[in-house]
Amino acid sequence: MSRIDVRKTYKLYIGGQFPRSESGRSYIVNDAKGRLLANAAQASRKDARDAVVAARAAFGGWSGKTAYNRAQVVYRIAEVLEGRREQFEAELRAAEGVSAAKARTYVDAAVDRLVWYAGWADKITQVVGNANPVAGPFFNLSSPEPSGVIAVVAPRGALLGLVSVVAPLIITGNTVVVIASEDNPLTAITLGEVMATSDLPGGVVNVLTGSVAEIAPWLASHMDVNGIDLTGVADAALATELEVAAADNLKRVRRPAPDTDWLVEPDLDRMTRFLETKTVWHPIGV
Amino acid sequence: MTDNIFDYAPAPESRAIVDIKPSYGLFIDGEFVDGNGSAFKTINPATEEVLAEVAEADDADVDAAVKAARRAYTRVWSRMSGAERAKYLYRIARIIQERGRELAVLESIDNGKPIKESRDVDVPIVAAHFFYYAGWADKLQYSGYGSTPLGVAGQVIPWNFPLLMLAWKIAPALACGNTVVLKPAETTPLTALLFAEICQQADLPPGVVNIVTGAGETGRAIVSHPDVDKVAFTGSTEVGKAIARAVAGSDKKVTLELGGKAANIVFDDAPLDQAVEGIVNGIFFNQGHVCCAGSRLLVQESVADEVMDRLKRRMATLRLGDPLDKNTDVGAINSAEQLAKIRELSEIGENEGAERWSAPCDLPANGYWFAPTVFTGVSQAHRIAREEIFGPVLSVLTFRTPSEAVEKANNTPFGLSAGVWTDKGSRILSMANRLRAGVVWANTFNKFDPTSPFGGYKESGYGREGGRHGLEGYLKGADS
Repeated sequence: MSRIDVRKTYKLYIGGQFPRSESGRSYIVNDAKGRLLANAAQASRKDARDAVVAARAAFGGWSGKTAYNRAQVVYRIAEVLEGRREQFEAELRAAEGVSAAKARTYVDAAVDRLVWYAGWADKITQVVGNANPVAGPFFNLSSPEPSGVIAVVAPRGALLGLVSVVAPLIITGNTVVVIASEDNPLTAITLGEVMATSDLPGGVVNVLTGSVAEIAPWLASHMDVNGIDLTGVADAALATELEVAAADNLKRVRRPAPDTDWLVEPDLDRMTRFLETKTVWHPIGV
Repeated sequence: MTDNIFDYAPAPESRAIVDIKPSYGLFIDGEFVDGNGSAFKTINPATEEVLAEVAEADDADVDAAVKAARRAYTRVWSRMSGAERAKYLYRIARIIQERGRELAVLESIDNGKPIKESRDVDVPIVAAHFFYYAGWADKLQYSGYGSTPLGVAGQVIPWNFPLLMLAWKIAPALACGNTVVLKPAETTPLTALLFAEICQQADLPPGVVNIVTGAGETGRAIVSHPDVDKVAFTGSTEVGKAIARAVAGSDKKVTLELGGKAANIVFDDAPLDQAVEGIVNGIFFNQGHVCCAGSRLLVQESVADEVMDRLKRRMATLRLGDPLDKNTDVGAINSAEQLAKIRELSEIGENEGAERWSAPCDLPANGYWFAPTVFTGVSQAHRIAREEIFGPVLSVLTFRTPSEAVEKANNTPFGLSAGVWTDKGSRILSMANRLRAGVVWANTFNKFDPTSPFGGYKESGYGREGGRHGLEGYLKGADS
């Protein structure tokens, strides 16, 4: 008799924990051929708000770490992901119906992207900050700082897409509440397991699964969220609605780009969109 | 006060240098034209004298201005080399210097700010701003933001620094190869219209700069015009939010420079005389009509009484009156409407239990005036500690530890600026790191420079003006 395998319950990833949705709801996730893969947690408004609380609580500590330290943590995510690559390849093949070669390409690219961003932690300040030669006896320096808590609607690429939107935010010190791809949410939770075991402090990345149309408006109008990345929003009317809601506290907004080719090396804008520039003046004298 | 032997003799700057016309049209496609809409009056807030009638641009006027800007963008400005664009901007900078006295006097007449500020701060920085960005026009490939302009920029500016805000908007826009439609504030249109003449003197190609005067409706028409690629706004947070909603779902790039409620933090080891000068400069410069004004004084408890004594003594020496008098420190409030807002919030401050003290000074009979005022015993819940008063009104709170100062300073939806006064270097840097604000002035306040980026965190807006960072808002960037 063959062994009965132990299936995984896919839950949310909030504050370093894996809770079920407080609403007690779940939804069916099928594979590419329409067969049942698993039930995913269907996050509610309350879950979204809990995630924001966790992200806010984590912000001071995470943004206060040295860039070198954040670099090592993100690099560690890449290491752990590499070690679990077979699991991710299998999940991608099942969920997205891609070939083994394609799945390998995506996992390769996701690991490489994490490594690429890890290296940016202690360089972005040097690239986008500068001294300002003011006409007077003053020291004057402009440096980037993270905007704060960023809500993200992830694009469809369950692994590479997710990594490509989350890594640039956390490497600069932001904390994140990300709504996983609605159709392919399971890999996002598995990636949460990787993050939870990579020395990433709880709350730096929080993953919600469920309906984008239901959850995203609560994040867009949340007054303790500083920015919103609409990359994965395919519905133009919803995107406009979210951008309007985001104006309530002048969130920094990244407009949708659902068709991005994630295999192409990104530019700095994914990081800089959610950075503030702080300029410090001090007199020079004896 | 007339029996004071230390009274200053009047030293008025002559207004003969300015020639204010009875009426002004709109500056569209290089010419002054009559608008389709009605006209409104601009007045001298120090005397309530009507200075001129100014056209109020309607939708059709705005459309004509945008079309002129688009034509100039497509046919001339975007095709011109950066080196040639630079020369126009250098010309403008030079003419501003040449006509500096005229601009300063006109600014003080229309705005109410003291001539020593318009002459020594506003106009010199305006010229410097054009000079600075002129040099970027042919060096954009080194900026880090690419070198592709956006197209037509719609720009709406406030009344507190009319010409300076115009410079902050127009200089980087033109340097990057964009053309502009700019609306000055309805209470202070005159220096923008004089700037239009300067564009003519500089032989700037028609349509590169268009100035349309009007109030909120005109601004709305600019912001929502479908052929505007970029919106730049400086003004209230409320209007900034309305603009953010209006552009939602479009491809328009937006920068917003909005309100503030800056904490000016004084530690007990600060050089107190310098700190008091910084406090005065922070809140009474330009009558407190400054988005980055140090309107919340956070003073360490151990020196609070001493700082307040010195501050009141210093405030009593501020000279309030004729903006054109070279000895005037505090000029007129810009409008009756703004004066009413300042009065209302000050009354609320008293009603909520804060203690009010105003500098003893005679207010002129005509015009809009408000004596420099300080509130003590203010709590974080008081409206005068939370809302932007935008006038010469300081709210004073105390703290004991650096962490408490940071907590109180950051306890606001705004994040434009902050000040720190202490002799301890490591504390300055620690405070500068922890304050969530776009500009931190340490042992100084209200300093501005074309090379230095300015702009806020949180509800103080987004985007930066000034410096290399100020180019980003007017270029497509590497990825778009």
